[in-house]
Amino acid sequence: MSSPEQRDEVEMLSLMLLIRRFEERASQQYQAQKIGGFCHLYIGQEAVVIGAIAATRPDDYLITAYRDHAHALARGTSADACMAELYGKVTGCSRGLGGSMHYFDKANHMYGGHAIVGAHVPLAAGMAFAAKYRGEDRVTLCFFGDGAINQGSFHEALNLAGLYKLPVIFICENNLFAMGTSVERSTSLKQIVDRAEGYDIAGYVADGMNFRDVRDKLAEVVDGIRKDPHPAFVEIRTYRYRGHSMSDPASYRTKDQLEKFRMDDPITRLRAQLTREGKLTNEQFDAMDKGAKDTALASVKFAEQSEEPPLEDLYKYTYANGEST
Amino acid sequence: MREITYRQALNEALAEELERDQNVFLMGEEVAQYNGAYKVSQGLLDRFGSMRIIDTPISENGFAGMGVGAAMVGLRPIIEFMTFSFSLVAFDQVVNNAPNMLTMSGGQFNIPITFRGPNGPAHQLGATHSHATECLYANFPGLKICTPATPRDAKGLLKTAIRDNNPVLVLESELLYSSKGMVEPLEHDLLIPLGQAELKREGSDVTIICYAQTVPLALAAAETLEGEEISAEVLDLRSIKPLDLQAILASVSKTHRVVVAEQDRPYCGIGAEICFRIQKEIFDELDAPIARVSQEDVPMPYNERLEQAVLPSAEKIIAAVKKVCYA
Repeated sequence: MSSPEQRDEVEMLSLMLLIRRFEERASQQYQAQKIGGFCHLYIGQEAVVIGAIAATRPDDYLITAYRDHAHALARGTSADACMAELYGKVTGCSRGLGGSMHYFDKANHMYGGHAIVGAHVPLAAGMAFAAKYRGEDRVTLCFFGDGAINQGSFHEALNLAGLYKLPVIFICENNLFAMGTSVERSTSLKQIVDRAEGYDIAGYVADGMNFRDVRDKLAEVVDGIRKDPHPAFVEIRTYRYRGHSMSDPASYRTKDQLEKFRMDDPITRLRAQLTREGKLTNEQFDAMDKGAKDTALASVKFAEQSEEPPLEDLYKYTYANGEST
Repeated sequence: MREITYRQALNEALAEELERDQNVFLMGEEVAQYNGAYKVSQGLLDRFGSMRIIDTPISENGFAGMGVGAAMVGLRPIIEFMTFSFSLVAFDQVVNNAPNMLTMSGGQFNIPITFRGPNGPAHQLGATHSHATECLYANFPGLKICTPATPRDAKGLLKTAIRDNNPVLVLESELLYSSKGMVEPLEHDLLIPLGQAELKREGSDVTIICYAQTVPLALAAAETLEGEEISAEVLDLRSIKPLDLQAILASVSKTHRVVVAEQDRPYCGIGAEICFRIQKEIFDELDAPIARVSQEDVPMPYNERLEQAVLPSAEKIIAAVKKVCYA
């Protein structure tokens, strides 16, 4: 299906490429010890957030967990600001104070970047509550992993959203593993989407390796919510190619499984679909890919040349307006 | 001025701020149809409707987090905890999400939220329902904490908290809800700044530093001590964070002797911080070591006699005053 809110597929493919090339570059810089802390990569899952972006408006609220680089880039945060944040520089999207797990971009309606598993799911319910309170037709997109669905805050938030009929889409990015623990070892249900039923919330499943499937399922859900506020739950089945974080060799899964998903790569698939339909030439794709690589490389240079946050700003953001206690 | 109860003062503060600002709403367990577990929100549902006075299920983490999320996008939530003992179930939202957001986002998202409800031991509620949480929350930068002891302070501090652009904890007191005191007339927009202590009684021999439930105890102690020719000054902190250090130093510089009467426990309690600040700033002003009166360092027993033994009391404050006065 298509709706007037849907965005150009070639543009969406180019965003997926930007995410991948940015993260490949981030991975390299992390290994070169230019980036501190934790660093969780999204590579392989690009169709999930981009499918969601394609089905929604730029002013819809978006909030996610700690694997958040892609969500910011998808929302229009510049690669420069994203890379600078990894470097802890003042030009970063959180002024170097948040780091990899805490990306924020208010202007682009990116509400974080939240690193306590499941703790942001009630926040999403609150954002959706605010939209309903003000009579807006905004939808809140709340992303989280399969690991979050066994956390109490997740269950409380789903119940509250169901109870108050809040316009929020709970998007479970099921990449089969919560760090090193597989869904079978963590979750008593056979399929995650059934969690929604317990809260009388409509549940959907989408193929996270297929951009069009994610977009079309979400477009349908969004359409219904705009007409009549209510929550929905979408389990999007996907896979991360890399480990949980940079320090994880991912020895808990097989090479065969990884290869199976790599063969089903979301970027390769959308490229093939567009090429087959005469909407994209190989030359155009190559140019887009080169553009993404150049942007990622330039972001490294930008980050390296940026300033550290000034020491005298240490207390500046503890309280609003720089108040002290 | 007119005499009203502490409960009524809080109710007026809520109503006035709900009236003043459409972005303000009240959410919590039993706040709407039941009119509040302690009747603080009496009548507000009828007046402001179910979109702004919202009953929640028993999901403290969930609704506290909803408040934080709503605050991120421009609303000004008031989240009622039926007691702050239950806020511990929402601890992650109160200490991780609310106060960290502004720093983590590089200054993009301040969280103008008020968490309020009774705090501290009431009467024979046992260990799980008797927590004095001020010392826990005081350890987290980004939070502000006030502890009103009188109807006037309750109204003025709550109204200020609701208008503050940061997360503020208004730690009320179940034992004080029915207490009475003089408050400005309704048409007066009573705002009491956070971080301003108040002398509740002037004196010259010793300073009793207190807050919340220990304020009436300190006043009673001072009254008794006057009969024994010891003149005690009673300084009500009113806010735990920011702390009015200047008021503390001014009083201690006058009396040279200090008793800290706190309602929390001694280990890493509020009094420990105050003692440190005093000796750091004005060590030479002290004529005696500072004494502390706090709870005993045990989980709260149910038994009434044992509970009394755990709690601070006027008698314990009097004994501490005599000790620092070498009387």
